Amino acid sequence: MTDYDYSPAPEARTIARLRPSYGMYVDGNFTAGHGGSFETVNPADEKVLTTVALADATDVDVAIKAARRAYENVWAPMPGRERAKYLFRIARLIQERARELAVLESLDNGKPIRESRDVDIPMAAAHFFYYAGWADKLGYAGFGPDPKPYGVAAQVVPWNFPLLMAAWKLAPALAAGNTAVLKSAETTPLSALALADIIAQADLPPGVVNILSGGPETGEALVAHPGVDKVAFTGSTEVGKQIAKIVAGTPKRLTLELGGKAANIVFDDAPLEQAVEGIVNGIFFNQGHVCCAGSRLLVQESIAEETVEALQRRLMHLKLGDPLDKNTDIGAINSAAQLKRISELTAIAESEGATRWSPPCELPSAGYWFAPTVLTDVTPAHRVAREEVFGPVLAVMTFRTPDEAVAKANNTPYGLSAGVWTDKGSRILWMSQRLRAGVVWANTFNRFDPSSPFGGYGESGYGREGGRHGLGAYLAH
Amino acid sequence: MPTENNGRRPASNDDRVEVRKTYKLFIGGAFPRSESGRTYPIADSDGGFMANVAQASRKDLRDAVVAARKAQPGWGDATAYNRGQVIYRIAEMLEGRRAQFAAEIAAAEGVSARAADHQVSASIDRWVWYAGWSDKLSQVLGAANPVAGPYFNFSVPEPTGVVGVIAPPESSLLGLVSVVAPVIVSGNSVVVVASTQLPLPAVTFAEVLATSDLPGGVVNVLTGDVAELSPWLASHQDVNALDLAGAGDLVADLERSAADTVKRVLRPDAGEPDWTAAPDMARMVAFLETKTVWHPVGV
Amino acid sequence: MTVMRSAGGEALIKDVGRDDVTMRSFLRGLAPVDQVGVEQRAAMLWSRSIKTDSKQWGLDTAVSMIDLTTLEGNDTPGKVRTLCVKAVHPDPTDPQCPRVAAVCLYPDLIADAVAQLAGSGVAVASVATAFPSGRASRAVRLADVREAVAAGAGEVDMVIDRGAFLAGRYSQVFDDIVAVKQECGAAHLKVILETGELATYDNVSRASWLALVAGADFIKTSTGKISPAATPGVAVTMLAVVRDFAAATGERRGVKLAGGIRSSKDALRYLVAVKEVAGEPWLSPDRFRFGASSLLNDLLMQRMKLRTGAYSGPNYVTVD
Repeated sequence: MTDYDYSPAPEARTIARLRPSYGMYVDGNFTAGHGGSFETVNPADEKVLTTVALADATDVDVAIKAARRAYENVWAPMPGRERAKYLFRIARLIQERARELAVLESLDNGKPIRESRDVDIPMAAAHFFYYAGWADKLGYAGFGPDPKPYGVAAQVVPWNFPLLMAAWKLAPALAAGNTAVLKSAETTPLSALALADIIAQADLPPGVVNILSGGPETGEALVAHPGVDKVAFTGSTEVGKQIAKIVAGTPKRLTLELGGKAANIVFDDAPLEQAVEGIVNGIFFNQGHVCCAGSRLLVQESIAEETVEALQRRLMHLKLGDPLDKNTDIGAINSAAQLKRISELTAIAESEGATRWSPPCELPSAGYWFAPTVLTDVTPAHRVAREEVFGPVLAVMTFRTPDEAVAKANNTPYGLSAGVWTDKGSRILWMSQRLRAGVVWANTFNRFDPSSPFGGYGESGYGREGGRHGLGAYLAH
Repeated sequence: MPTENNGRRPASNDDRVEVRKTYKLFIGGAFPRSESGRTYPIADSDGGFMANVAQASRKDLRDAVVAARKAQPGWGDATAYNRGQVIYRIAEMLEGRRAQFAAEIAAAEGVSARAADHQVSASIDRWVWYAGWSDKLSQVLGAANPVAGPYFNFSVPEPTGVVGVIAPPESSLLGLVSVVAPVIVSGNSVVVVASTQLPLPAVTFAEVLATSDLPGGVVNVLTGDVAELSPWLASHQDVNALDLAGAGDLVADLERSAADTVKRVLRPDAGEPDWTAAPDMARMVAFLETKTVWHPVGV
Repeated sequence: MTVMRSAGGEALIKDVGRDDVTMRSFLRGLAPVDQVGVEQRAAMLWSRSIKTDSKQWGLDTAVSMIDLTTLEGNDTPGKVRTLCVKAVHPDPTDPQCPRVAAVCLYPDLIADAVAQLAGSGVAVASVATAFPSGRASRAVRLADVREAVAAGAGEVDMVIDRGAFLAGRYSQVFDDIVAVKQECGAAHLKVILETGELATYDNVSRASWLALVAGADFIKTSTGKISPAATPGVAVTMLAVVRDFAAATGERRGVKLAGGIRSSKDALRYLVAVKEVAGEPWLSPDRFRFGASSLLNDLLMQRMKLRTGAYSGPNYVTVD
């Protein structure tokens, strides 16, 4: 009999409206800046997509001054109800241009179009929509009757959810009355620049939002600039620590959303079929480029074997390939550097005694690819059980009792998220109380919502994004 | 040297020789000397000798962190009602010894008996104020979040863990109480480095804690050189957060050191604040994490 | 599968119908099903995009999996005749068009259909056991089966006693199925769970296991008389059970979805679920069926669209 392999169903690349070059968005204009330009490539085929203006220290300074002027003259004095309407406009414009943004995001990032279309873009719009409503209700947010914005926010976002992270940063900052200078990640500058175009279409006053592209030097110039009142960073713990040192001793406020090594804990009474889905979603969503990824599977020893079998059977159906294909589950690794790190950590795991398994899948010859990987026979002492891989690599370990599960889950300097799978309500609450993590997903995983606070314990960072709590990061109180 | 007025005891009106107190550290509910054997003399506001206090070493600090870590889970898991009662009990104990504290503060800070008495009253009232917060924090800071999907989603505040506190240098009791109470009310444990120059009320206050119902190790009091101890606190990998209220010029360095372990840092206000002013929630919020839990809603 | 392992494998599975206590503890020991999770899984399967070659294959396969059904009080020999002709040659303009799997009728109409379809490769299925409610004595229900089989039905679609199931009398339901199976002889038995009345996925999973252990060749969602009938979540749940049953026993049993599946798009998506949940061996009329009537014409129109490149209309396919 014939099988039912899915014929290619690619989204059209032309929808992204790629331009031959992109400027930076400063003070309401797209400009070439002073730092020259750099190329951004499609990680799925390593071909150059376009060139992007590189912001240098001068550009950073110009942008921060523009943000300061906009803060003092326009945005802070503006009534909240008027700020709200701008944010609602941005939300609507994102929805209107959702398909274009999704294709652009998948081209630049390598993530499957199904995810950019169903998660990144709609969630970005939802964040603007949510925080828009707060702009004229800040006195009700629990930060005193008349909380004040800080001023100019310097925001640095990562490459794993480029547009969504920009939305997480900009929406609450703007709602609270701050202005912003946002730097996108070096390998994924395009969707933030499309957002700049949307911001221009929304007629947001010049300087309220400035969007720069560049690498670590641009980021450092931005967070170190004395004209900044508030720094918000999402990215690696290593860089987060550097930023905290730069900010130390200054009056700047800082929030950090950093790495993680989340435990996804499966008890023997779990809804196993859904737990397997949760494990897959936990570690293979967005190629595992997720700070809250469930990268450590802690499964009760009595069901370990069959859980791994069920997981492996499930992984046979994951489709790896063209990010623009609507049936693709696993896209490209975002960069050569990231691919190298994932490959190295996985190789080390093998050399330390872990058993490596991947479903049979052909990797495209060009581009950065890594097959979904399950490592069994992992012990807590293995590096792969402690270090963030930020890739589609699952480390499987076992436990015997709830106490042991908690102890192993918490045995990490990180504390961003955790998963618990059990049918027993009292155990869910017991586990939830003990897991040292900012987000606990019980019988689900990797769910996000603008109204739901997100952020970590320990070395996963501080401050929350989302919900009422997320406003607190941008209001003096 | 006028021992009658040194503040450690009410002036005696008979001829007996007073029994002096040995000022030691407070770690894990016990009163050890410094493992280093060091002490340093404390003078009253007129320069007269009051006592030799223990000069804690980095090893004492390490022990204090171990004690704090050990005590934290039990304290954090105690019901909010229970924590509230324990903290209220501290106020009761303090009230019973107000004369002793007033005398000690007056001697140490050189303020009038009336001013010292006011400081003790304010300290007692501060404990009462914070005691009432224990079972309100979750309601004020928590939330049920209306996510767009079939999930019940709630956020609750949780204690950060072990908090290192550099006590204010000038307000020996009220300042100390004002920085310790908001940290422990939510379930954190504390290692507090007392004012280098004015440590005696802190040690006497430890006696209050020891005779209240507070579990040993929830509050650990170190006396000594803030400049010597605080870098070890800031770099300690098992300390989750810092209140740098009394860190003065050290703040920037301590913050940089704290960055290595992503510690939460509460920066001091410029200059010593007016500790008599009514507090707000800020010092509590600074040492809370927000945990958000998701669960599907279905049949 | 979880439970199978811990319960001791194949031998024990066959033995769980021994008494009420064993059956109850077995069913209650099954892994629970989380509603939100299973519906999310289904939604993800539903987001698959089926194009070109896959679509052609899927449409043809879906046609071949149809139990072309009429179960109405006003059914007549004439209606049955029309249905049987269509079952063999669904698209008279296209000889490549596969025949359907079976026609599905009330017992009193079986004899006519058997006569007409002899040698065609299209099976004749009869509903039985006081379909659709099943509210009759066991004797009456078994007589219903006996007559259908005697009339030549190669497949029997029985209903379970949902009342007994919901009241926790699992052994009674089990014994019913065993008795019907015996009455069926060589005829294939499809056991209708009426999932819309069972209400929860946990019940769907339990009833599925119960039916398979009792000897069902197929487990079937619905009578078509109750809403909701087949849903994506129920399909995913039942497909997972037949997969796990096969893993535990080595026997691949079938799933039939009935009721409410009218569009080609839905059919193609259900086939995605068959492939990804149960596995490719189930992409065959031997192990997967659609109980449907109007679905067939939509599949035919979509086939025409693929063949001609133009959208088709209802007057280019035959009314039944």
